[in-house]
This record gives sequence, C-alpha cells and structure tokens, in this order.
Amino acid sequence: MSSLAATHAPRQHRYRGWVVPVVGVAIWWLAASQGWSDSGLLVSPQKVAVTAWEQVTSGQFWRAISSSLARNLSGFFIGTVLGLILGCLLGFSRLFERLVGPSFNTFKQISLFAWIPLISVWFGLGDVAKVVFLSLAALVPVVVNTCDGLRNVPNAFLEVAKVYGFSRWQTIIGVMLPAALPSIFTGIYLALVYSWLATIGAEYLLVSGDGIGNTLIDGSEHFMMDLVLFGMVIIGLVGWGLNVLARRLERRMQRLYGITPR
Amino acid sequence: MARATATALDQQPSPAKKLAPVERLPNFPARAPRQVAAATRPRSGWQSRALNIALSWLLPIALLGLWYLGTERGWLSEQVLPPPAYVYQTLTDLITTGDLWLNASASLQRVLVGFLIGSGLGVTLGLFMGLSKTVEDYLLPTFNALVQIPVLGWMPFALLLFGIGEPLKYVLIAHAALVPVTLCTLQAFHQVPKRLLEVGQAYGFSQRQIVTDIVLPSAVAPIFTGLRLGFTKAWLSLVVVELLASSEGLGYLIAYGRQLFQLDLVMAAVVVVGTVGLLIDRGFEVIERRLNKGRAITPGRLA
Repeated sequence: MSSLAATHAPRQHRYRGWVVPVVGVAIWWLAASQGWSDSGLLVSPQKVAVTAWEQVTSGQFWRAISSSLARNLSGFFIGTVLGLILGCLLGFSRLFERLVGPSFNTFKQISLFAWIPLISVWFGLGDVAKVVFLSLAALVPVVVNTCDGLRNVPNAFLEVAKVYGFSRWQTIIGVMLPAALPSIFTGIYLALVYSWLATIGAEYLLVSGDGIGNTLIDGSEHFMMDLVLFGMVIIGLVGWGLNVLARRLERRMQRLYGITPR
Repeated sequence: MARATATALDQQPSPAKKLAPVERLPNFPARAPRQVAAATRPRSGWQSRALNIALSWLLPIALLGLWYLGTERGWLSEQVLPPPAYVYQTLTDLITTGDLWLNASASLQRVLVGFLIGSGLGVTLGLFMGLSKTVEDYLLPTFNALVQIPVLGWMPFALLLFGIGEPLKYVLIAHAALVPVTLCTLQAFHQVPKRLLEVGQAYGFSQRQIVTDIVLPSAVAPIFTGLRLGFTKAWLSLVVVELLASSEGLGYLIAYGRQLFQLDLVMAAVVVVGTVGLLIDRGFEVIERRLNKGRAITPGRLA
C-alpha cells in the first residue's frame, strides 16, 4: 500500500492532473468568446470542433490518416527487418562489427532529416522516397539496440551453454536471442516512435499526396489555425496510440518468452 | 534465457537426493576436448589496434572508390551523384569564401540559444516536479499529454504564431531540448538511492539538508545525460527548422543546394552537419564519463 501510494497519486489527488488542462481550455474559450485579440489566429474551441467534424465527415481526414499510417507502417516494417538483420550481423560477428561498426556509428550521427534533400533527388517526392526515409529512421534504433542486446548477454549464460555443450547454433537460438530480446524490443519500440515522427517530417519536406502532415501544412499556409490545431491533436493521438500498442505487444511477447518485464 | 535456466535447474541434482555411487556412473567416452580457437599468435596491443583501424576504414574507402568509379565511368549522371572531387572542391570553396563559417555560426548560435532556454526551463521544471509531489500531480499529466505531439507537430502552429523569423527557431529548438531534459531531471529525483535517504534520515538531516547534500549530488549525472539527449534533439530539430524556414544556416545550405540541384553543395553541407553533431556529442560523452566515474565510487555501489 505504501509503495503504491508513493508511485501513484492518491485517489483524492487524481483531480489535480485535470486542473491545468481545464483551466487552459477555459481561458482559451473565454479569450475567444470575449474577443481579447483581433488576430484571426485566435479561433474558438467550438470552431476547432466544427472543423474536426467536417474533416471526419467529408472523408478528407480518413484519406489523410490512412495514407500516413500506411506509409508509416511500411517504412517501419522494412526498416525493422533490415535493422534486425544488420544488428544481428553486428552482434554475432566480431569481424563484421570491426568492418561496419565505426562507419555505422558515424552515419547515425548525421541528423536524419539532412538526408531528405538527397533522398528527394534520388527517389523523387512520391511515396517511394518517403518510405525510404522512414525505413532509414526505423533502421537506426533497431540496429543499435539489437547489437547492444547481443553483445551484453551475461557471460554466465554463455558459460552454462558451453558447459552443456551447446553448439554455436543452439547457443544463438536458445541463449543469446532470448537474452537479447528485451533490448531488441526496446529498439523496435523506438523505431515505431521515430517512424511516426519521421512520417510527419517526410510529409512536410516531401510535399506531395495525402497525409496528416500535408493537412497541417495546408492549414498553416491558409492561416487556418483550427485545421492546424486539429492536425496537432491527431498527431498526438496517433503517436500515443502507437506507443500504447507497442508497449502492450512488448509485454505480451515478454510473457511469451517468460521474461519478467523490466 | 529463461528457458535455458529452467532446463539447467531441472538437471541439477537436488541437494537432498542421495547421490548415486560413483562407480555406477555410466562410462561415457570422454568428449573430445573442444578445439578452442586460441589466438593464432599473440598480438601486441598496438598491432590489434592498428588492425581495427585499418578494418574500420575498409568500408568507407570501398564506398568512396565505388562512388568515384560510378561517376568516372558515367554510370550515374553528375546531377544525381556528383563526383567526390566536386564535393571536396565545394567544401573547400565554402571554407575559403567564409560562407561555411557564416552559416555554421548562425546555426550554432541558434542551437545554443535555443538549447540554453530549453534546458534551463527543463531543469527548473524537472526540479520543481521532482521536489514537490503536489506540483508533479498538477503538471505532469498535462506535460505528458503535450509531449505526445512531436516538435514537428508544433511547427505549423508556431509558424502561425511567431512567423518565420528567429523566435520561431528558438522556440522550436528550446521545445526539443526541454522535453528530454525535464523527463531526465524528474527521473533523476525519483531514482535517488533509498539507502542514501535512509542514512540521511538516520543522521537526522533536515529536509533541506537531504535535498542539498543527498538528492542534488546524486542527481547530477542523470541530469547531465538528459542535457546530452536534449542537445542531440536540439541539433536534429535545428536542421529541420532550417530546412523548412530560414535564409541562413547549415540547413538552409542544404535546402538551397537542393533547389538549385547542386548536390555537391547538399553533400558538403550534410558532411558539415554530421561532423559538428559528432564533435559536440563526443564532447558531451567525455564529460558524462568523467561525471559517472566520480559517481561509481560513492553512490553507485550503494544503489
């Protein structure tokens, strides 16, 4: 009980989390309805709600969100698969690590978005370029965490495997991969988070087609603050949803492999 | 891992069980001793280090060679992939004309100002939330909700509010740095080793003494980790912001080169962005290692 009380707010204090947002929205609503500012940027909460409703009912929203998500997930899958392969190679083979490791470490330092101009020249502005960029974004954390996990398998496990006369293959399947699994999951989880961020970036910088990022850019270009706010909320919600999904999958996989969650 | 341990435990004789008499042990043929691949000949330290360095340069050199060959033989047109010599020349041109310095200093100034504002606010916010449970209860849920929107999501909003000028860049970079710094600071306060706090209480420390003598010193290293993370994020968002809206800076060089289809300029600028980022990160890493070294002696062992 006492340890629970230390980590979670006591029930009578739960309301405290709602104070700031409620006061904030109230001030916003008051400012808009009383006309504190002449600027067209001060839109009322109702207007945002109306715009949201229009977007959803007209189908524009669904088109944008589905193409954004399709892009996001395909980039994420390609990047994760490639990342797992590269990470395993780096983790299992000392020679490969010596050959590729330093180059990879330098490569990952380059700010991700700096690649966009090059990618746009090589692959155009369409979906191919975006998916290439997204897989690049997803690749890096997967490689780093997979390699780290495999490298940091406790020596005691490896010694047990050696004592039991495990073959190299058995050691990899039975000992190293399960031991590295939590770290690999962390990498995949990060990849999901990064790829959503990169989706939005790609849609800003490679402007073409549908997408939630394009909705935002449209809103900003036409001085439609309501559309911008709506888009921001959606981006936050999708990011949060992906987050929760990844956490849940991670926990389920951990239970499947009998790993106690960290 | 768990499976391996489980089988290992199953096959372990339980201590209570009577052991079979020794002579009844089946006489397996002794397993041939595994050929342990010992290092063929002992290499001295500098030899293996030299080998490592040589191996690590193999891939970049091979790629450079391929790049050179590809442009030389005309497999790719110069518009798509300019020859390496071209990029090098652009880079030296940028340096000699002073353009590089002009743009790099603009970028560095932005990132520094933004980072200082963001990390200052972040440390303060984290400090307040870490020290007072009440403040945390009020602010943290809102903070967590706002964090779900990445910096890029704020961009069009900030663009409308602040226009395209310098404040936009400062605000976005500060926001990028603020998030990890705040979270790491808060976590640093939550992770103060319990034993140290108990020792403090046993010695009858006042609340204030506990904060200044126990909590703050043990939080320094994690907060620094947050600062490093925050700077990485700030540098990343600097490039994005400059790509989208600026008239000077390294990101602008990249965007400009792309508009004119001067890929040599783009590549040269990417190289500079990468190098500066790498150097700054290395600097942070050195300081971080030094901080952690001091930490390993005192609270690390107790934790």
